[in-house]
Amino acid sequence: MIVGAISRISGPVVLSEGMRGSRMYDVVKVGEQKLNGEIIRLDGNQAVIQVYEDTTGLKVGEKVSNTGLPLSVELGPGLLSSIYDGIQRPLPLLAEKSGSFISRGMTVPGLSHEKKWEFSPRVKKGDRVTGGDVIGTVTEYHLEHRVMIPPFVSGTVKDIRAGEFTVDDPVCVLEDGTEITMMQTWPVRKGRPYQRKMDPDTLLVTGQRVFDTLFPVSKGGTAMIPGGFGTGKTVAEQTLAKWSDTQIVVYIGCGERGNEMTDVLTEFPELLDPRTKRPLIQRTILIANTSNMPVAAREASIYTGITLAEYYRDMGYDVALMADSTSRWGEALREVSGRLEEMPGEEGYPAYLATRLAAFYERAGRVVCLGSDDRKGSVTVVGAVSPPGGDFSEPITQNTLRIAGTFWALDTSLAYRRHFPSVNWIKSYSLYLDQIKDWFATSGFSDWKDLRARAMYLLQKEVELQEIVQLVGPDALPESEKAILEITRMIREDFLQQSAYHDIDSFCSLEKQYWMLKVILAFYDRVNQAMGKGVSLVKILKSPVKTEIGRMKELTDVEKIKDLITQIDGTLGALEAER
Amino acid sequence: MNRTPLFTREARAISYVSGPLIFIQNVKGVSYGEIVRIILPTGEERTGQVLDISKDIAVTQVYEGTSGIDNKDTRVRFTGEPPKVKVSIEMLGRIFNGVGKPRDGGPDIIEEANLDINGMPINPSARDKPADFIQTGMSTIDGLNTLVRGQKLPIFSGAGLPANKLAAQIARQARVLGEEEKFAVIFVAMGITYKEASFFMRDFEKTGALERVVFFMNLADDPTIERIATPRCALTAAEFLAFEHDLHVLVILTDMINYCEALREISTAREEVPGRRGYPGYMYTDLASIYERAGRVKGKKGSITQIPILTMPDDDITHPVPDLTGYITEGQIVLSRDLFRRGADPPVDTLPCLSRLMNLGIGPGKTREDHRNVADQLYASYAYGRDLRRLVAIVGEEALTDLDKKYLKFADEFERRFITQGDENRGIERTLEIGWELFTLLPVEELKRIKREYIQKYHPAIQKGS
Repeated sequence: MIVGAISRISGPVVLSEGMRGSRMYDVVKVGEQKLNGEIIRLDGNQAVIQVYEDTTGLKVGEKVSNTGLPLSVELGPGLLSSIYDGIQRPLPLLAEKSGSFISRGMTVPGLSHEKKWEFSPRVKKGDRVTGGDVIGTVTEYHLEHRVMIPPFVSGTVKDIRAGEFTVDDPVCVLEDGTEITMMQTWPVRKGRPYQRKMDPDTLLVTGQRVFDTLFPVSKGGTAMIPGGFGTGKTVAEQTLAKWSDTQIVVYIGCGERGNEMTDVLTEFPELLDPRTKRPLIQRTILIANTSNMPVAAREASIYTGITLAEYYRDMGYDVALMADSTSRWGEALREVSGRLEEMPGEEGYPAYLATRLAAFYERAGRVVCLGSDDRKGSVTVVGAVSPPGGDFSEPITQNTLRIAGTFWALDTSLAYRRHFPSVNWIKSYSLYLDQIKDWFATSGFSDWKDLRARAMYLLQKEVELQEIVQLVGPDALPESEKAILEITRMIREDFLQQSAYHDIDSFCSLEKQYWMLKVILAFYDRVNQAMGKGVSLVKILKSPVKTEIGRMKELTDVEKIKDLITQIDGTLGALEAER
Repeated sequence: MNRTPLFTREARAISYVSGPLIFIQNVKGVSYGEIVRIILPTGEERTGQVLDISKDIAVTQVYEGTSGIDNKDTRVRFTGEPPKVKVSIEMLGRIFNGVGKPRDGGPDIIEEANLDINGMPINPSARDKPADFIQTGMSTIDGLNTLVRGQKLPIFSGAGLPANKLAAQIARQARVLGEEEKFAVIFVAMGITYKEASFFMRDFEKTGALERVVFFMNLADDPTIERIATPRCALTAAEFLAFEHDLHVLVILTDMINYCEALREISTAREEVPGRRGYPGYMYTDLASIYERAGRVKGKKGSITQIPILTMPDDDITHPVPDLTGYITEGQIVLSRDLFRRGADPPVDTLPCLSRLMNLGIGPGKTREDHRNVADQLYASYAYGRDLRRLVAIVGEEALTDLDKKYLKFADEFERRFITQGDENRGIERTLEIGWELFTLLPVEELKRIKREYIQKYHPAIQKGS
């Protein structure tokens, strides 16, 4: 083991001498308190270390010992419903050990090594197995946790056991003597291998109208949510974590508020997954590195999170990863880079910011997993971005824009008028539209793309008309254009606005979304038709059916929404007859 | 009993002095972040803290400033301890300086504990969810941006706007409905003038709350660098009172912009790579280490609620200090110069205001079932009315439809009756009532944000009709 001595301390960055022979990203124990750290630069005899804990009290000359291992996480049954810090230490265990406040120098394993799990084998003696093959299963809550052969291991099964085991007990022995346990360790900075990537062609159903219908993200895709403070990034991330139709959700609170994590921790056990009817917490893994926790661990938290996500992907599940917020992660990079006295790039961020961001987002994807059964799994990454001053021209937003497939631009002025989710429909986009068109068609919404295009056209037209109204007043517009303004107002208020806290509206099924939009557009067509027959717009707008459309959100029965189309026809038909 | 260290390390070793920093040479065994006593040739003693150490140099910031320090005779003594503050329940009613020493002429407090001012981060899994509605008696806060216990809700002000008056009124009126509990206020002054500080003191005196208040004063003419320690000392005391003595502590921090200036000063003196507007890149983390000390902890009765006040330079909400603050705190109350000129009192611009924890503190059993809906509707209608004002400026009021004219009237009345309240202490029921009275200005079918049953139950016109 290489043992060095501290030669300089500057905030979270420590220099150590006598470290020759160490490798980049080796984990080291710093000082007498054995603080956790990681080597981020090697210079002759010296190593630069970022320390994951507060460095107050360290002295020059204290011992630094290299563990020789990269920063790794423990993967196995017991991850679900856990809450970890940035380097996979379970926070409840830390609280047990040191009370309500986090003290330093503690090492706690990520998984429980005492708990026994019921293992049921899937292979038998003499079977040939390779990396990724499922050798048995464990039930983790309701989820079938598939125990896999670690990547790059293969052989013939010599012994396979059934019964209750801890994660350290071998459950399978190969001919060459390799013992397989239910636990794997994996370095967080290295993506877990897969056979090949596939095109993302399935919609990630989030139950949010503006996301699913207008700017969809596919399973295995990437999305970014930038927005100034108070625009609802966190609410959007939490809503996605609640309602996304994936089996697993990894939620990373990266440099954000402590109370938000408390919120998730108290709310998720009570909320039920609309599909499985199980408490949401049972499919969720939380990584909490709040803004007052050490900055270097914040940098690591993103990697810890995505490695856990990849592990479940490898079992053949769909995983959604929420990272709130990637800006704080970028700032952690900047802080460490500043302490290293590196040449700063734009706004003081290191020049390698873009590379790091891209490398992180590229770990998302829909893949054919390792193993001989060609399972398919996906990791969808949704990253919140907190641009300073709400200005999207800053480096993190711009660099993420180049990589993310869906862009949900949150808008301060929409948030000010309490239009939530405050997604700006003019600035946002999705690059997955063509790829998932077929998915919509096979799911029974064949004209989704046309409906969406019409809605987008009207919303675009509204912007132009608003400009005219700002100049000459609304009276100057012809009736047909006034009708457009009325319809777009309905699209905005009755369709796009969706309260995350409403007991019915917080989750909107795809079918309901589809019919809601269809009703509004049918209303528009029918209004045009009626106006052609001389019915005045004012009269139409006073009809009670318009109020009914405004209350569609509160309906749970889709049939009632469908009925509105006949109702519209009836009301307007009557108005035509009056003339 | 004070432990006397067996030996002290003292040296005449200052090699370089620049701004608030001194560089101390050839010292061994210095620990990162420890406190250094600096003894000037005149015998005066000052305090410093180690910011950076390498083999032969320890960079130290001096809290009281470096004037008079020389690099020949000034001696330094290392204490081996991080900065600490003495805390006790007896602090209530006393006035301290920025580093926790009495400045009211009274005796030193008898300490119950001597605590590291940097504290330790609260374990997120040990946090308790804030859930108690605090009635501040201000409609704009209670009705639209509800404050709950354990929240951090800053006031964004501009030069000359009455943020202090608002903060004092909140401190005076704030209470939790249905209970009389032990509370304390910790008032933290950072770089404000004597006049501003004495305004608060007089206000607390008038209401007889003085013996529940702890003052930490670093006034405009006090050493700048001391400001870095001031909020930390105060919050250490707050944590002690909240989690050891079960008090509900309200911490008022004013003015955060002065704190950030001090931070920038040190960063510049250290020749660090600057971030936006010269503020250090780690300002977010630094501010978080202050704001995140608000909250509640499982198994403890007390709580810490923070109301930081900050003056936005040139009323610019995108300036780094309000911007980073907004990203950390759980909402913000924004004052507007425009409303101030129109005579609104308090001039709270409700549109950019927000309370992220509002939903935890409202609803049936806490305030009233229709609270959320009423707040949403007030927001939406007022925002629309405000938009119309801009339109009117261009095309004149005649060009508006009848409905739009109603909205215009709504916006005016909202500012006149809902926002403006002067010194009145409004209960939440009264606040909601005013909201409903304002809704009578609009047609019922426009109230889309409100559930039909609540309209039936609370709408004054329907009430009268039935």
